[in-house]
Amino acid sequence: MASDPSLLAGPSPDGPASGGLSGEKTAGGSGFGRYLRGRLTGSVASLVLVYLSSFFIFRVLGGDPLQAIAKDRRMTPEERAALREQLGLDQPLLAQFGKYTADVFSGNFGTSYQYRRPVMELVLERLSATVLLTGTALVLSVAVGLWVGARAGWRHGSRLDRAHVGVSLTLWSAPTFWLGMIVIMIFARQFGLFPVGGMVSHNVGPGLLAETLDVAHHLVLPAITMTAVIYAQYVLVMRSSILDEIGHDYLTTARAKGLRDDLVRRRHAIPNALLPTVTLVFLQLGGVISGAIVTETIFSWPGLGRMVFESIGFRDFPVLQTTFVLFSAAVIVANMCADIAYWFLDPRVRKA
Amino acid sequence: MSEPGLSARGLRVEFGLPGGRTARAVDSVNIRVAPGEVVALAGESGCGKTTLARALLGLERPTAGAISYDGTPLRYSTRALKAYRRSVQLVLQDPTGALNPRHTVYDAVAEGLRIHRIADNESDRVATALSHAGLRPAEKFFLAYPHELSGGQRQRVVIAGALVLDPKIIIADEPVASLDASVRGEILALLLRLRDEFGLGALVVTHDLGLAWSIADRIAVMYLGRIVEQGPAEQVLTDPQHPYTRALVSVLPDSPVPGPIVLSGEPPDATSIPAGCRFHPRCQVLASGAAEAAGVADQCRATPLPVLADDVGAGVSGDDPTRQVACHYAAAATRSEA
Ligand SMILES: Nc1ncnc2c1ncn2[C@@H]1O[C@H](COP(=O)(O)OP(=O)(O)OP(=O)(O)O)[C@@H](O)[C@H]1O
Ligand code: SF4
Ligand SMILES: [Mg+2]
Repeated sequence: MASDPSLLAGPSPDGPASGGLSGEKTAGGSGFGRYLRGRLTGSVASLVLVYLSSFFIFRVLGGDPLQAIAKDRRMTPEERAALREQLGLDQPLLAQFGKYTADVFSGNFGTSYQYRRPVMELVLERLSATVLLTGTALVLSVAVGLWVGARAGWRHGSRLDRAHVGVSLTLWSAPTFWLGMIVIMIFARQFGLFPVGGMVSHNVGPGLLAETLDVAHHLVLPAITMTAVIYAQYVLVMRSSILDEIGHDYLTTARAKGLRDDLVRRRHAIPNALLPTVTLVFLQLGGVISGAIVTETIFSWPGLGRMVFESIGFRDFPVLQTTFVLFSAAVIVANMCADIAYWFLDPRVRKA
Repeated sequence: MSEPGLSARGLRVEFGLPGGRTARAVDSVNIRVAPGEVVALAGESGCGKTTLARALLGLERPTAGAISYDGTPLRYSTRALKAYRRSVQLVLQDPTGALNPRHTVYDAVAEGLRIHRIADNESDRVATALSHAGLRPAEKFFLAYPHELSGGQRQRVVIAGALVLDPKIIIADEPVASLDASVRGEILALLLRLRDEFGLGALVVTHDLGLAWSIADRIAVMYLGRIVEQGPAEQVLTDPQHPYTRALVSVLPDSPVPGPIVLSGEPPDATSIPAGCRFHPRCQVLASGAAEAAGVADQCRATPLPVLADDVGAGVSGDDPTRQVACHYAAAATRSEA
């Protein structure tokens, strides 16, 4: 699916793993400034690449948007030509690109073919819904996933460990679409506990509390579905980083000094195992976004993901371009956050 | 206090392996480390040295036998172990792995104090421990991270982390094996100085008899989970009596044993300990026919040897420390001399 921006944006060329070792300590003590500048340069370069590809990829891969626009209506060739001209599609590619760039820098991301409204307006309308859903799912899956992963890894081979790994792998391999359908069938249709889709009811009473509760009620199923889908990777990565730490002698040293086993885990093993996990939490944002697209579509959640899904069928270039740039930028920024977090978390990066 | 220091009696540690087999890593060991003496535990790889050391620290629960400290048997409740660990400390082979990479030197050394809730003068105590371990001025090292130090300095930090609790005994598992040759001597000299200045006792695990020679008051030689010869370092090394010790000594420079004696046969396997003398399949004395000539060859193959009793250094008890050997041939030779 072309809508997974992480595939195209990719991780920054020197992620924390390799970047840390090359970081030099400057005489003036401005080590962080220098480190930050290096990371920023990389991020800006990635953004420029994303921007360039955002324009061309959709022209190359996409079909004729006019066909999509016209598919429900009868149009005369004259009407088509007029529309083509109005949308700027009669111009040469390079000229289209020039106009696109000029528009972007003036804050104009174009008009959606499908909704016939400025893209930026559409995006801003839907952003909060997406942030609410993905934010909830991320916090839940990271918190639960890391906790479960740490416990499973610490007691690796135990029944508890095997059960957790089994559940994670099952959720990991289940298609999001299918999982969402099952959840809807059981909890919404069969038991009627939660709404089938959407974010708000029409007949909700007035008042902030009632509205908030209504949104929360709608949020439960999509948030659980999305958590289930992205949760497994946090469990598995945390588990394997704990396994990496378990062999280390410093745990034996701590034990031999009299530290209780659960404190050995909490004070030594988990903080060190979190280090590689932090990167993953940030880098997985691409995967999270694609999870959001599917989840929002199944649950008719009025967010960016659903809009993207609809725009793909419609070849709505302006929307696709803008969301592509937006999602990629989010991934790049997250990547940079991972680097910065690393600087604070790992002394080996700071004083290499 | 009839028995000052750390002692183990009849200590046995077994590991269950997949397939129902059992590895008997430590098989009936009596050993003792008194304050103020350095005991070297020597033997080839896999003979059970680390397992014995871990058991002495209470990190591995023995299958049988008992450990006692100052005459009090070690119990395995969390609280009893914690108290025990103020007195007996560990120094591991690889200081890079033994230090948490994300803790500063200060945190690493202060950890013991924090675990045991010793809150007064924390930074003074840390500074003292660091300077006793040879890192001076100590304050300069407080905020350093392990990766900023050399291997020798790291090992000193590990030692300081042990010293900060004022232990009576240190168990050091191959403390210099991973260090550059140039700093090995310094770390060994440090252990000796701690013995002389603070009366610290140490069990130094090593596979290197030359190293044992340079620091140990007493040596215990281990083979396949059992101590086969022990006694004052000088006596064991200048006049080794067990064929296994003789083989080990024979490869040292300026060895008193004509050699080198190269052991034949398969390396020992803790899952199938030979009957009779556990060393007999590889014993050069038996293979050369000397044991046959002395009339002990059948015993070598079939009669188990008694477990050696432990033994305290002369410096502490004032007794004449006796050397002990678990070998039918050596026993026969002693009898015929008498
Ligand atoms: N946790 C364990 N599980 C199973 N077997 C073990 C375990 N620990 C040690 N062993 C076995 O016990 C025997 C003794 O191992 P140990 O590590 O004590 O030897 P060592 O003398 O310290 O060797 P080295 O010089 O290589 O460090 C070996 O056969 C080893 O395979
Ligand atoms: S008892 Fe026999 S086999 Fe064992 S070491 Fe002595 S001579 Fe060799
Ligand atoms: Mg060992």
